[in-house]
Amino acid sequence: MKIHVTDREGGEHEVEATNGWRVMEIIRDAGLPITAECGGACACATCHVYVDPAWVAKLEERGEEENDMLDLAFEVQENSRLSCQIMFDPSLDGLKVTLAPE
Amino acid sequence: MSTQPIRTDVTIVGAGPCGLFAVFELGLLDLKCHLVDILDRPGGQCAELYPEKPIYDIPAISVCTGQELTDKLMAQITPFEPTFHLNQMAESLEKTADGWWRLTTDIGTVLESKVLVIAAGGGSFVPKKPPIKGIEDFEGRSVFYAVRKMDQFRGKHLVIAGGGDSALDWALNLQPLAASVTLVHRRDEFRAAPDSVNKMRALVAEGQMRLEIAQIASLEGADGQLSGVVLKDKERGEWPLACDTLLAFYGLTMKLGPVAEFGLNLHENLIPVDTEKFQSSTEGIFAIGDINWYPGKLKLILSGFHEAALMAQAAVRVAYPERKIRFQYTTSSTDLQQKLGVA
Repeated sequence: MKIHVTDREGGEHEVEATNGWRVMEIIRDAGLPITAECGGACACATCHVYVDPAWVAKLEERGEEENDMLDLAFEVQENSRLSCQIMFDPSLDGLKVTLAPE
Repeated sequence: MSTQPIRTDVTIVGAGPCGLFAVFELGLLDLKCHLVDILDRPGGQCAELYPEKPIYDIPAISVCTGQELTDKLMAQITPFEPTFHLNQMAESLEKTADGWWRLTTDIGTVLESKVLVIAAGGGSFVPKKPPIKGIEDFEGRSVFYAVRKMDQFRGKHLVIAGGGDSALDWALNLQPLAASVTLVHRRDEFRAAPDSVNKMRALVAEGQMRLEIAQIASLEGADGQLSGVVLKDKERGEWPLACDTLLAFYGLTMKLGPVAEFGLNLHENLIPVDTEKFQSSTEGIFAIGDINWYPGKLKLILSGFHEAALMAQAAVRVAYPERKIRFQYTTSSTDLQQKLGVA
């Protein structure tokens, strides 16, 4: 299973994904530059990504806490997510995300 | 504005859980501590990032929040009377002619000690800066991330960005003296205290304050002086808003900061230490907690506690090489219990 990550310079990366991991953890484990300062506690907004519009509806909706934390992110769009709040499972094989500016 | 140096046994940079527990371990060995932290209260990440989030892996405590852990550590170290120097950042380090470490903070506090313990976690918490093109040209002149003196903003046309307590508090506090205040937030919901939100909404209803549900697209101005911001949202596109000052409150992030210049042979922004003393490449400078690195390092609070205990054993030998050190248990030692104020 894979996810596709576009970095802040536009570089594209195909990354091995593991069932049950947070998308933030998959991105971090691949060595891509995601800050993820709080380590996945939904407490910092430094794992902000844009989800490819084709995938947005396939994800669980943002939780209230995640939406609150996005107030601390920049350039928030409708497809903005905190990647620590997206749990990867096989239905997300092929998910495309872009790292947000920071 | 340097002040008279304060001499103490140990200076600890960082008042997070590891820095606080270090006070305990050092205190049992009769070493007095001064702590420096950029935040306005002890607790580090536990206070700033997860005060209300649960922690489940502190030995013998099934669950506690970041704030509860901080409170418990503060209670535990009370007998050792540590001195806190808050709201300031450790800025420069030098060695005095007589072999003490002299640490100076960004507001001029000078601490001299035989031992320096760096327990700075992920670095200093500093304001997040919006990634807006050219914003750095305006910083310090017409773009700010904190308010030092309110009077600086008297008569200004302010744009205040953000939706948390900092943004709301400053919008309310500065509104009486500013020429105008426009609060800019990405959505019409606020994480701030309900009372502040109500006050803000009342001022907006009375026309005393403007509220724009939008994000900042770009800045306008020249030579460091802002003349306006360009706002955007999905429905309305982009539109200009005249102002002369922008205050942006998007929370804090961690930056290593001046510790990087302390000459400690950093390894990917971490301080390499040995695992016997948790000493850096420089004798007398120790590093514990998230900021250190050694093979097998885990960034866990409990690891930092262990590191603090071993560091203290080494630190006392640096500070008082002539002293004979006896290993004792708090359970059985009357001497330790007296230090703790329980015997």
